[in-house]
Amino acid sequence: MKRLIPLWITAVAGIVLIISYFIPPLQGWGEDAAIWFDVLAGIAFILGGGNILKIHLKKISDRVPGWGFSVILLAAFLLTLFIGLSKIGVHPNPLYPTYAWSGYYRQNGTPFWWLYEYAFKPLTASMFAMLAFYIASAAFRAFRAKNIEAILLLGTAFIILLGRTFAGVWLTSWIPDDSGFAGLKIENLTVYIMQVFNTAGSRAIIIGIALGIASTSLKVIMGVDRSWLGSGEE
Amino acid sequence: MYEFLKNLDRRWIFMLMLLAVAIPILFELTFPEKPTGLAQAVFDEIEALDPGDKVLMAWDFDPASEGELGPMATAFTYHCATKGLKLYYMSLWPVGPQMVDDNIANVIKTDFPDLVYGVDYVNLGYKSGNEAVIKVIITDIRGLYTTDAKGTSIRDIPMMQGIENIQQMDLIINISAGYAGTTEWVLFAVTPYPDIRLVAGVTGVQAPLLYPYIPEQLPGLLGAIKGAAEYEKLVMDAYGGDIPPERKNKYLKGKLRMGPQLIAHVLIIVLIIVANLVYFTGKRRGEVS
Repeated sequence: MKRLIPLWITAVAGIVLIISYFIPPLQGWGEDAAIWFDVLAGIAFILGGGNILKIHLKKISDRVPGWGFSVILLAAFLLTLFIGLSKIGVHPNPLYPTYAWSGYYRQNGTPFWWLYEYAFKPLTASMFAMLAFYIASAAFRAFRAKNIEAILLLGTAFIILLGRTFAGVWLTSWIPDDSGFAGLKIENLTVYIMQVFNTAGSRAIIIGIALGIASTSLKVIMGVDRSWLGSGEE
Repeated sequence: MYEFLKNLDRRWIFMLMLLAVAIPILFELTFPEKPTGLAQAVFDEIEALDPGDKVLMAWDFDPASEGELGPMATAFTYHCATKGLKLYYMSLWPVGPQMVDDNIANVIKTDFPDLVYGVDYVNLGYKSGNEAVIKVIITDIRGLYTTDAKGTSIRDIPMMQGIENIQQMDLIINISAGYAGTTEWVLFAVTPYPDIRLVAGVTGVQAPLLYPYIPEQLPGLLGAIKGAAEYEKLVMDAYGGDIPPERKNKYLKGKLRMGPQLIAHVLIIVLIIVANLVYFTGKRRGEVS
């Protein structure tokens, strides 16, 4: 039963979505299924929160190496959750003044706004910005012109890197725009590489992925592929 | 020198990258921009709209990619507000509504104080479900959106009167940092309903994957900060004349960020060349197999 019910839900939802796409009068069924999915996606946040608690409380309890980070994570998680849900410092929506919790939870100056503005925002931006350093380090250590394929990749990378900046324009600015060689200007080469080679390759990959998704989805809907249900063991 | 470069501590590379990015930022180094066809196509799509036309502004990004996507979001809002379009903001990303709030605060409230919330622009906020949200609102927006981001009932928002689905939008502008984003808008909105017009601004890593949809499903695309800088130039050339210089800088953030990008790209090229010289020198000396 534990495996049968999810299998049936998957099969019915999958079939409903397929037939609602191809049979216009049944389009409403697909919308209903999608709304159920959206509701479930909202509930998944609760499951996700529960999972975070379970994993990190266990780490703290077992005193695994780095358990201190779990304490920080849980403290930040619970603090944000509490402040966000209780809407501390939030004034009611002017349209519904009698409803205390009707206010905008991101109102300027509230603790939740403060957490977002001065903790979440700089932290996530800094994490992303650090990529530049790792890319530079990786470029120095990994990019070697060892064979023809690597040389082609390297040449393409140089053209794109230059073509995405003014350096590309400046380097080949001596080629007249109206000459027969204008296509060799780096900015034009960049566009050509992106629109021809990249598009052809990406299309092939996308078509391949789509065929793979269609076949895998059919196997899941038909119950042939049950790997997503897990092993059934705790 | 060979020995130094062969065993180069990566902290030297980190320092070079820091300088490559910091110096152009501190000295506000800028370079001229020449808009490409894709940026022009985005600009033309918005230009083709008439005052009062409805535009869905789907801001699917978060603070992590704000550095790359923020400038185009600012330029999009400025362009649309200047043209007198009705702006419907929404997001498929949990932190997207904050990006919308930033845009409203930095552009609409400062430079278009006459625009009224609920009449000229609205923030519908975030809904969970990724592409399933698109699948629903494409035929029934009220099936999911009963309030805006501030909790105001849709029934009490004047510009939502008569809006049943997003097929009624004259244009969708999507800014995307990944999943769910432009690919999902193409697959679940434009592909089943080809009359919908969509233009997008995306991160550098996403742009190559979206070229296959150009121009049929995606007439225009801004790729990363370069695309933003090109689009900013088009918008400022057309509508930037009246902005006082002290307020103009916020509409040229893309151009300002192209300075660090140029130096960083050149640094990466130099690093790759140096690394290869070291590699081939080592090979010639028999130190590398």
